[in-house]
Amino acid sequence: MIQGPDDRRAPITPQLAVRVALMGGFALVMFAIIFFRLWFLQVLSGHDFLAKAQQNRVRSIVVQAPRGEILDRNGKQMVKNRATNVVQVDPAELPTNQVVRARMFRRLAFVIGRSRSLHRCVVGEPTHPREVLMVTSLQCEVEQAYFRLPYASVTVKTDASSAVVGYIAERASKFQGVTAPQINLRQYPYKDIAAQVLGYVGEISPTELTWHHFKGVSPATVVGQNGLEYQYDRYLRGKNGAQRISVDALGNANGPALATRNPIPGENLRLSVDQNVEAEGMKALKTGISLAHGNGNPADAGAFVAMDPSSGEIYAMGSYPSFDPDVFAKPISTAHYNQLFGKQANYPQLNRAIQSAYPTGSTFKPITATAALEAGKWAPGETYTDTGTFTDTGGGVRQNAGKASYGTINIVDALRVSSDVFFYNLGRNLNDPRPAGGALQTWARRYGIGRRTGVDLPGETTGTLPSPTWRANRNTIEHTCERKTHKSACGIADGRPWSEGDNENLAVGQGDVGVSPLQLATAYSALANGGRVVTPHIGLQIEDAVGKVVQRFDKPPSRHIALSPAVRAQVMQGLYGAANSPGGTSEQVWKGFPSQYKVFGKTGTAQLGLGRPDQSWYACYVQAGSRSIVVAVTIEKGGFGAEAAAPAARLIVSKWLGVKGKVQAGHSKTL
Amino acid sequence: MSTATTPVPRSIEELAVATERPALRIDVWLAVATLGLIGCSLYVLHGATKNDIPGRPDFYVQRQGLYAGIGLLLAIVLAKIDYSRLRELKFVVFGLLIGSNLLVLAIAGATRGSKRWINLPFFQYQPSEVGKVLLVVALAAFVTDRSRRLHERQTTARVMLLALLPALLVIAQPDLGTGMVFVVVAFAMLYFAGTSWKHLTALAALFVVSVTLVLAAAPAIGVHVLKPYQVQRLTGFLKPSKDPRNQTYQINQSEIAIGSGGKSGRGVAHATQTKLNFLPEHHTDFVFSVVGETYGFMGAAVVLSLYALLIWRALRILTMAKNLYGTLIAGGILAMMMFQVFVNVGMTIGIMPITGVPLPLMSFGGSSMLVTLMAIGLLQSIHIQARIANAGKGRIPLSQG
Repeated sequence: MIQGPDDRRAPITPQLAVRVALMGGFALVMFAIIFFRLWFLQVLSGHDFLAKAQQNRVRSIVVQAPRGEILDRNGKQMVKNRATNVVQVDPAELPTNQVVRARMFRRLAFVIGRSRSLHRCVVGEPTHPREVLMVTSLQCEVEQAYFRLPYASVTVKTDASSAVVGYIAERASKFQGVTAPQINLRQYPYKDIAAQVLGYVGEISPTELTWHHFKGVSPATVVGQNGLEYQYDRYLRGKNGAQRISVDALGNANGPALATRNPIPGENLRLSVDQNVEAEGMKALKTGISLAHGNGNPADAGAFVAMDPSSGEIYAMGSYPSFDPDVFAKPISTAHYNQLFGKQANYPQLNRAIQSAYPTGSTFKPITATAALEAGKWAPGETYTDTGTFTDTGGGVRQNAGKASYGTINIVDALRVSSDVFFYNLGRNLNDPRPAGGALQTWARRYGIGRRTGVDLPGETTGTLPSPTWRANRNTIEHTCERKTHKSACGIADGRPWSEGDNENLAVGQGDVGVSPLQLATAYSALANGGRVVTPHIGLQIEDAVGKVVQRFDKPPSRHIALSPAVRAQVMQGLYGAANSPGGTSEQVWKGFPSQYKVFGKTGTAQLGLGRPDQSWYACYVQAGSRSIVVAVTIEKGGFGAEAAAPAARLIVSKWLGVKGKVQAGHSKTL
Repeated sequence: MSTATTPVPRSIEELAVATERPALRIDVWLAVATLGLIGCSLYVLHGATKNDIPGRPDFYVQRQGLYAGIGLLLAIVLAKIDYSRLRELKFVVFGLLIGSNLLVLAIAGATRGSKRWINLPFFQYQPSEVGKVLLVVALAAFVTDRSRRLHERQTTARVMLLALLPALLVIAQPDLGTGMVFVVVAFAMLYFAGTSWKHLTALAALFVVSVTLVLAAAPAIGVHVLKPYQVQRLTGFLKPSKDPRNQTYQINQSEIAIGSGGKSGRGVAHATQTKLNFLPEHHTDFVFSVVGETYGFMGAAVVLSLYALLIWRALRILTMAKNLYGTLIAGGILAMMMFQVFVNVGMTIGIMPITGVPLPLMSFGGSSMLVTLMAIGLLQSIHIQARIANAGKGRIPLSQG
């Protein structure tokens, strides 16, 4: 072998030896670092990393517990469940990259058979758009739903076919944030009937999680959001199960479940409500409204309550306009939500039977009569000459409706014909400038005016019972408001002190008084049962799936008021006359009603002033042994009580007693 | 060195001794380390890739076995020839290196993709990988040619530029890790050839400055030399838990895999990080994490010991080489091996950036396997030639070994 001169060298120079030694030392140091790091990772922190590896691969999947059903008093399913496959999107898990996200939604739209074309989509309030996107209608719905409820997953498809479910499950990585679980969908077979009473369900919000009412509920659980679903949620909810499954890096399930905790289904709730009467009540409201329309009154809302006067069991309760709770099963845009539930739709989510307080018109008169008789301000048989005009101490002049005059009448007649002048006089007699007012306030409060009935539904109104103190408080608030906002008037109160006129207004159920239909029905119940103010209630008992009673709710306590039989007899006589005798305000309404049932009823027409149409009221007690019933009906902007509310009440009573319903409007034009 | 200006013909005796004993003159420990690592690779891949391709549990093992077989044949061929002859082919070798990498770029440009390999009927040829050996062979020849002018600044600069040219072609493919191997190889050759510390320090300083420029200064003024994902990968290991879903996800998962292995490993059946694909690239770049998870600290120690053996033998062969060319080839190969082992293992345990450098002999991949075995064949050739030369000189008895 021949080698070039440059290439020949001594085997190793000292310089090379040093450099080789340095390189060897460097290698040793590197190996030492690697070994120390490995020691730290594997031996010292091995357990932590093992736990992390386990955490990595195990996912806990919530198995939704089916909610309990809600049954009417005869066992009809008013709310039930339907097991179905749905496609859900969890917006928090979606790809953050907008391009990837949009592509994913187009893919999903194709899979679930939705349009893939792009539209302009405004996310946020229409007036203050937060974002404007060019996306599929599907993504638009999800983004808008996420804007409204940022914590909840959005159901984009119900009744998904097994092909769709399988397609999505097998491609978890292509559908990030999309799941296709089997869930129990809440079903409301009677749609808008009793919708506000039954309420609806939805995923628990972060705020709700902190509430005592939802103690122990874990996030993402579906809970009752309103009505009975909310009130009895603890029984209906059940307990979600869990499944621990092994997943791979793409989130696909790998092998069978590691552990399963079966869900505990919710229990059924049995109501005192009779679905037939409930449905009839909604129909009756619509009938009353169309009667009002026939009289040229722009009626657009109403409510009714039917209850057992002796126990307080509510047979039916309804509010118009209503809504179909199924709309909450799918994503709903802000605009659509506002359209369905906003001012335009006249707030259908409002349960006007318990959440709205109105002046009641003459339906208040039995309370005034009780107060006057009990306080000795008027005696049974004592007469007063109704000239049609009343001049109060201050010189103010008031008249009966239609300038009628009823001549010399006693208190029973006054109730029958609904003489305002007579009751103005009682109001003046009962006026008391002391802070809490006089006998009228005392008795109204005893009957339950201005205090909650304690019904087992959320959001009940207190109502308003005007008294000198109340007026003083309102004036203070008005003053504070005027000072704060530097306005000349806030419209809360006009600043004048309590006067005799206030009490005269209250005596005939006009002015500032605010009473919900349920409060009125409760007051009439007390009158009917001889002085017990019952606590109205809807929930009767909790049953298991086969109908065995798990828990029966105690009859809520009732409050005794010292209503003397003689006074009660006078008032009841007046109410009987009003519904049966010639000249009675609702006599025409009950014409032809089977005579074995005794009807006691009072019309009312609330004047709202400022040129607004009058509100139609009717409250009645029908004596029918064990099937006795109290019904209160009101129709906003419905005109006179006898014209709209009273015929509706007759329909409801007829249904309850199994009498053929007959629509018969009265002609009484009294307040 | 300078005294031997004329070729000295060997005596008959010397030649007789050289030809008389054709017995095993290879470095046995280097062979043991090589075969041991190939064995480990096949064993680990067998457990780790069982479920990667449904119905073909041995796909990767069979392929890797085939590559190893071909590679070993190549190594034997290279070991048998005298590496010194390659010095004459330096221009051909360097031309091949530049040409093949240009070809890849041209194909990638035509197909508008970023590809590091050329599809051959039976094999995906990755010029950047093969380029490592080609560069070592060619660069060692250039340095040897200039061995007397090593003190000149020009020499240092030229050698570095000769390495930078193919390195930039490779980085453009884009294969940052291999590009860095090229630079390291050149630096190591200068180091072993005896370039002054002043030059070496200057080069190191230049490197630090350019890294700062590329990663910090240039982006600040709006020039992006590296793609954003490359920057993120390079710097991600400094703050690994910032976003587990991003680039650092790989480091996180790798650390979890290695850590969860503990002292003795979780076994193939329970290595969930590998089995359920939490560990990305578990048969290629992150194969050491699989070792850590499945076989624990003990398994990792075995593999690292084999690498230590390999590096030790490479160092030893470097000192034995009969000529400077051999020393430089051995030095280049040593640098390549050390860089790849430390950077790859360091990456899996979270102390080095993610660069996509395969673990020699362990990672699945034909080009990497062939190149590493070719390099080891060259080391063996240097060893054999040194033995022959020394036996001729009578310095080291051939019976020693």
